[in-house]
Amino acid sequence: MENFEVARVDRSDVSILRLKGFLDAHTAPNFEQAIQELIEENRYKIIVSMSDLNYISSAGLGVFMGFIEEIREKEGDIKLTNMTDKVFKVFDLLGFPALYKIFQEEAEAEKEYSK
Amino acid sequence: MKAKTQKYKLKIPSITENLQMIREFVLKIAAKTGFNEETQEQIALAVDEACTNVIKHAHHHDARRLMDIQIQTDANKMKITITDKGRGFDITKLKDPDIEKFIKESRHGGLGIYLIKTLMDEVDYEFNPGVKNQVQLTKYLKKSVTS
Repeated sequence: MENFEVARVDRSDVSILRLKGFLDAHTAPNFEQAIQELIEENRYKIIVSMSDLNYISSAGLGVFMGFIEEIREKEGDIKLTNMTDKVFKVFDLLGFPALYKIFQEEAEAEKEYSK
Repeated sequence: MKAKTQKYKLKIPSITENLQMIREFVLKIAAKTGFNEETQEQIALAVDEACTNVIKHAHHHDARRLMDIQIQTDANKMKITITDKGRGFDITKLKDPDIEKFIKESRHGGLGIYLIKTLMDEVDYEFNPGVKNQVQLTKYLKKSVTS
């Protein structure tokens, strides 16, 4: 049984990745592949939406960390939205909120890209 | 009334597929020990991180190699001991991660140990490469007022 899913929605030049389930060392490669595909398609305006993400370990955080420099060099970003308190706490422990833009809703992050 | 010491043991192949099962095992015991939900999740995350290290760095995703997870609980604490027989490295000597630097270097890892140290009250390490490495994670139900 697969306990993690990534669904992708493209809206003009912005891509939204909606994560669901448990993001750990077992499932992180799936998330990494989804980001890699966006990079290969030159789609650098990324929103990662996490309302249905139940769990994240450092392997998941590592995916955010590993690609962001390359994406920002291409004038893109990874913006984080719809985080549950539980998932936010893990990001917060490692100081990610100072380095990534976090929004309550996908629409707010989309608006930021259209500025 | 003095609560009895309880012992649990899980011996499991070193593959990432088993992390979910390991977390569920730890969550159930943490709940039974009396930790609140947030702390149960912190303990499960710390154990996930420690086991991920064993799977990746000590046993190299080899399902034939077993990880040994032992849990001991009593009235005021939960102690988890994870044993591997790989090369191991002394986690107590690792520096805290500099996320900004990691981002610049496009690093994907190096955060797990810091999380473990942040989430648990005590982390002890016994290092004997190829023979037996043990990491011991302890969480207290109430932190001692004297500490």
